[in-house]
Amino acid sequence: MLTGTLISGLGLGSMYGLVALGFHLTFAVSGTVNFAQGSAVTLGAVLGYVFGVRLGWPMPLAIAASLAGCALLGLAVERLLVRPFVTRGSDAWLLATVAGGIILDNALLFTFGKEPRSLPSSLVAAPVEILGAGVYPLQLLIPVVGVAAALAIRTVFQRTELGRGLLAVAQNAEAARLMGIDVARTVACAFALSAVLAGAAGLLIAPLFSVSAEMGALFGIKAFAVAILGGIGSATGVVLAGLLYGLLEAGVTATLGSGATQIVVFSVIILALALRPNGLLGRAGVNKV
Amino acid sequence: MPRRRPEARPLTRRLALGVLLSGFVGLSPVRAAEPVRIGLVTALSGQSAKSGEAISRGIGLAIDEINRAGGVLGRPLELVARDDEANPSKGVLAARELIQRAGVVALIGGLDTPVSMAIVPIANQMKVPFVGPWAAGTGITRNGAADNYAFRVSAVDALVDEALVAYAVKTYGAKKPGAILVNNAWGESNQQGLVAALKAANLPSAGIEKFEANDIDMVPQLSRLRDAGADALFLVGNVGPSAQVVKSLDRMGWTVPVVSHWGPAGGRFDELAGPGAARVRFVQTFTFAGNDAPKAKAVLEALKAKDPAIKSMADVTPAVGIANAYDATHLIALAIQAAGATQGPKVRDGFYKISGYSGLIKTYDKPFTPERHDALGPDDYVFARFQNGEIVAVTK
Repeated sequence: MLTGTLISGLGLGSMYGLVALGFHLTFAVSGTVNFAQGSAVTLGAVLGYVFGVRLGWPMPLAIAASLAGCALLGLAVERLLVRPFVTRGSDAWLLATVAGGIILDNALLFTFGKEPRSLPSSLVAAPVEILGAGVYPLQLLIPVVGVAAALAIRTVFQRTELGRGLLAVAQNAEAARLMGIDVARTVACAFALSAVLAGAAGLLIAPLFSVSAEMGALFGIKAFAVAILGGIGSATGVVLAGLLYGLLEAGVTATLGSGATQIVVFSVIILALALRPNGLLGRAGVNKV
Repeated sequence: MPRRRPEARPLTRRLALGVLLSGFVGLSPVRAAEPVRIGLVTALSGQSAKSGEAISRGIGLAIDEINRAGGVLGRPLELVARDDEANPSKGVLAARELIQRAGVVALIGGLDTPVSMAIVPIANQMKVPFVGPWAAGTGITRNGAADNYAFRVSAVDALVDEALVAYAVKTYGAKKPGAILVNNAWGESNQQGLVAALKAANLPSAGIEKFEANDIDMVPQLSRLRDAGADALFLVGNVGPSAQVVKSLDRMGWTVPVVSHWGPAGGRFDELAGPGAARVRFVQTFTFAGNDAPKAKAVLEALKAKDPAIKSMADVTPAVGIANAYDATHLIALAIQAAGATQGPKVRDGFYKISGYSGLIKTYDKPFTPERHDALGPDDYVFARFQNGEIVAVTK
């Protein structure tokens, strides 16, 4: 039972981590987040189903096309729901992105249909046995993708020109602009990449779950909790928090029973934030005067 | 003594008389052909839309037949449908509007137990019969009201739970079954029912676990049941999470028999759950597949003739929605006929006067009494499973 619980927890935890990385990315660059992340999870899975199953494209092509679709969504969210408000110094992007997510969910319900559908994958065809627990190969792939994405983002920020540009924008947009960095394009890139991460999470979870127009909503909420818990400014913290969240969820369900899961998990989150208000690996914001 | 204004009263009187007269003149010719309206409050949009479509199809076909045979009380029967969006407060608004504005003689309900539970007190208060063709919550008909207007032609949770326990014992020799239920009012209703049914059957329980409707991985809950020694599982949940339970069982390599409420029938269960879907036996009140009754064949043909979108049996799902609503509509017409009037209390007593009706699900013999407001019971439940996308009965 322990192995099964561990693997369930790590798998789900990495999903939360991936979506939460998207929150981290846009927050680090622009101080804003896209609350339609849950809808981007749905969009990734729905497009994967439409391209891969309904249109019968080869899977690699279907995946690439789905992620491209998510990138477009990220760009649209930034251009239409975030930038118009941020440039006027308004925080209305909070509501605008929530509203955008609701619109997208309903549009998907309208076009994709109400019934959940199945996205088959060779990675969930037969379970393999690890220490007495049945595991689908896909479940092992999910944590790998999650950790790899976190490391990649960290490396990009620390080692590359683009990453340093992103950080510069985050620290002082005006100064970055004067240094010749295209701030608007950098922020747009962050939103596109953030939606791609969510879409990847949707594509990874779809074969284990089912594809439906409302699959992403709960993910979006849990991932936001994970982002805050990890410290939204830290990529490593966010993924770590995702894994811990997933393990805690599975662990509580296995030991205390499913009735206690949400109560215990969210109590622990509140307690953790009381002890570390900026998240596990977050740093307090410094206001320079 | 104040002076009266002689011109005021006569004018008002004349006006009142005119209005009255024009009302009579306008109404009297229409009255003769004015239809008897029945209302439908169900989910016609969103995730549950398919259930609403099935109910509408069943009612539509029955109304066609009734009107071809001369209607009720010499008047045509007419349906007025409203969408409750699976939301109790919207259902309540729609029910009030149908009773007060559209003047419906009876209401037909939908899929969702919480919506029906919200409408029933209004039906009782306004004395308009409510007939449920789907939602199985025990409290809908057994609502404790002194003057009960709620009837049902569908499964009843408390009785389904007894049937599930009996089936697990008879078919699988279960000695210590466990249960995995959705964490909402429907799961709650069945938790009570299962506990009572297990107690009545003198069986120990391996435990009752819950899942959220959006849960993906039920391995932790199922592991607890396996460790507790469950030799059969009772499952209550809609089609999506039910499929996740089966997938989790497959991954665990646990080949425990699963006896389920009718959630899996609500969608593409075998596509979602994969090959493991075949192991799940679920309760139904009716199936078209494997049903040789002449009435079932005739209704299927009539449905195909009425709606070109219906080509095969895979298009008439969920069959329970169609069949329950079809029989419910005919029973409402018989009740109005037996009452000889359209006033609520008389129609309600009309239900008790129905002596018999040869329906789609069965031949009803005195289906309703003041003590029994449910036309179907455990003897009418059929256990079924999925086979190539169709719901097939496995045993009576």
